[in-house]
Amino acid sequence: MSKPVKATAWWNNAHNRAIMFQVLLAAGVVLFFFYIGNNALHNMEQRGITTGFKFLNQKAGFGIIQHLIPYNEGNTYGRTFVVGLLNTILVSVLGIICATILGFLIGVARLSSNWLIAKIAAVYIEIFRNLPLLLQIFFWYFAVLRTLPSARNSLHFGQWAFLNIRGIYVPRPVYEPGFGWVVAAFGLSIATIIIIKLWAKKRQEQTGQQFPVLLSSLGLLIILPAIAYVATSTPLHWEMPQLKGFNFRGGITIIPELAALLLALTIYTASLIAEIVRSGILSVSHGQTEAAHALGLRPGKTLQLVIIPQAMRVIIPQMTSQYLNLVKNSSLATAIGYPDLVSVFAGTTLNQAGQAIEIIAMTMGVYLTLSLSISFLMNWYNARSMLKER
Amino acid sequence: MIVHTPHPDLPPPSTSVGVIGWLRNNLFSSPLNSVFTLAAIYVLYQLLPPFFNWAIFDANWIGDTKEACTNDGACWVFIRVRFNQFMFGFYPPSQYWRVISSFLLFGGLIAYLLIEGLPKKAWIAAFTVIGYPFVAYALFYGGFFGLEVVETYKWGGLMLTLILSTVGMFFALPFGIVLALGRQSAMPVARSISIVFIELWRGVPLITVLFMSSVMLPLFIPEDIRIDKLIRALIGISMFQSAYMAEVVRGGLQALPKGQNEAAEALGLSYWQSMYLIVLPQALKTVIPGIVNTFIELFKDTSLVMIIGLFDLLSIIQSSFTDAKWLGFSVEGYFFAGLVYWIFCFSMSQYSQHLEKKLHKGHKR
Repeated sequence: MSKPVKATAWWNNAHNRAIMFQVLLAAGVVLFFFYIGNNALHNMEQRGITTGFKFLNQKAGFGIIQHLIPYNEGNTYGRTFVVGLLNTILVSVLGIICATILGFLIGVARLSSNWLIAKIAAVYIEIFRNLPLLLQIFFWYFAVLRTLPSARNSLHFGQWAFLNIRGIYVPRPVYEPGFGWVVAAFGLSIATIIIIKLWAKKRQEQTGQQFPVLLSSLGLLIILPAIAYVATSTPLHWEMPQLKGFNFRGGITIIPELAALLLALTIYTASLIAEIVRSGILSVSHGQTEAAHALGLRPGKTLQLVIIPQAMRVIIPQMTSQYLNLVKNSSLATAIGYPDLVSVFAGTTLNQAGQAIEIIAMTMGVYLTLSLSISFLMNWYNARSMLKER
Repeated sequence: MIVHTPHPDLPPPSTSVGVIGWLRNNLFSSPLNSVFTLAAIYVLYQLLPPFFNWAIFDANWIGDTKEACTNDGACWVFIRVRFNQFMFGFYPPSQYWRVISSFLLFGGLIAYLLIEGLPKKAWIAAFTVIGYPFVAYALFYGGFFGLEVVETYKWGGLMLTLILSTVGMFFALPFGIVLALGRQSAMPVARSISIVFIELWRGVPLITVLFMSSVMLPLFIPEDIRIDKLIRALIGISMFQSAYMAEVVRGGLQALPKGQNEAAEALGLSYWQSMYLIVLPQALKTVIPGIVNTFIELFKDTSLVMIIGLFDLLSIIQSSFTDAKWLGFSVEGYFFAGLVYWIFCFSMSQYSQHLEKKLHKGHKR
């Protein structure tokens, strides 16, 4: 007869320990928040800070140099929030587009068989990704754009575009009623291209014959809108910027803050995207290229059908996180006074209204929502495009 | 009987070997490539000679005042005159030796740890982590051994940049490891707290974190406690950085084969024992390059502390442009700042790539 096994003490049981530990942890977190919450209430009472979101309806009383929606000093703090948010979105979207194009070009150039081009791309990448973004923003703003000549001595490109210390002036398109037809023709040609593409793919799968989709699409894209444009008697003209007094009137003005921020964001992020593109293309094993060549695909088709689809699997997740970084980095705008969300709302509005907790929470909430929704989309895409391993 | 004697091989055509062969293969392999090459040479010709003329040949190196800058090129006199301020901020010049010796000691310790094959590394590492912070504090701040106290608002320049990034890293690494373990843990409460913490900090820009630490943090603590501005920035940076660190460490934890964990359990090791002895040493080893890269990011990001009014390298250079005696030398200033940042970041990233190659060997099949 063996002795009955002595049960371990209950506090040594792994399951019980896990529960105890978690209860302690949760209690610690709750206590911590209770403590700082209590302090905050007390401190705010001492300093006479009111709480709540009523301040959003108060009059702001300060101007904003760039607003995409109508805004003036009489509008509310709530409206400054929207104006700032839109400015953030504007610079982020433009930055993402430009950085992607430049980044892809440089990433491909880095892998070029041309030694000189590859080296120039490598030097570009190594220089710009190792410099702080803030330094680059300052450089473009204070050392380049702020030293441009005054409005009277603007640098100009014909009568079309002007560059001076107050910004960049380009013509503004003015649409007349008939322009809707041109847009409609453009939409029609895109729809036709999609149908052609589907049909060509089906035909190729059935008969093996290829159809020059790219050429016919380009033709359609140019010809249809051009016909509509001429048929409606050219309903588009350009409003030129003109020097009146000390400043330019008419046209579109790009304020130097936006230009500097956009330049710096583009150049910096492009250097990071270039590395991602390079590593993505290199991650496709050489066997794939050889196999494609063995099948008789030409280099262009190899790239299009074999390498890029596989490289994308590596590129897109990293690219998304770069896009997210770009959106977050656009908040550096506040250092040069571009009126983005942080600068307008967490800066000026906070200084005037003084409601730190609400304002910082709202600002962080915006960035958090953006980040979480993009990473949610990303995870969904990742799960869908993941290699199906059998 | 016919004996076949092959002719000796002809030498390769002169156009496919040597300099010409290299040029043909690498620069002029096709008409399009030739166009690219010529265009690139033209662009370089337009950019490089003026740049070198400005930066070196036509530059002004000697003198003490703005009037000494008579040539067309860069006025490096400006940097020379301000050099000490760019390095040490408003630290009293008579006390510079304290900063220098502290950084020399740190550099020596790190170099000792990085050079392969030196003995007693464990002791040196322990001193670097446990003893050195106190030595550095005593040297920087003073108040011990009869050293004069230097308040933190006098710290600045490159010195402050280095302090911010190393101290941020010092706290972020252990905290990041704990968070990464929490995120991988089987306990739901610990896991969700870690996830919320990590995603929260990673989802917001560092600027708002710094704003928060300078505006909101004073509200969260009892009103009779005042926290130094530098400490507040450091708290913000450490929190922010630890979330990023946690994700890097998590990458290493996930890359580790499950068998390691199971083997540790089979040996009867407790959770902490298996983490400390089996899992973390392997996981951390694989993510050292990632950790170095995060450190580079942090090093660049410390420039944002300017927004809350600390005088790091970039900030002190930026503020020097407003000096009425030295107006108009911003390009020189930015160039110098860029050079310093670049040297640090580039050498660290080269080191991280070297490590990556070295560590990769063992795992290659």
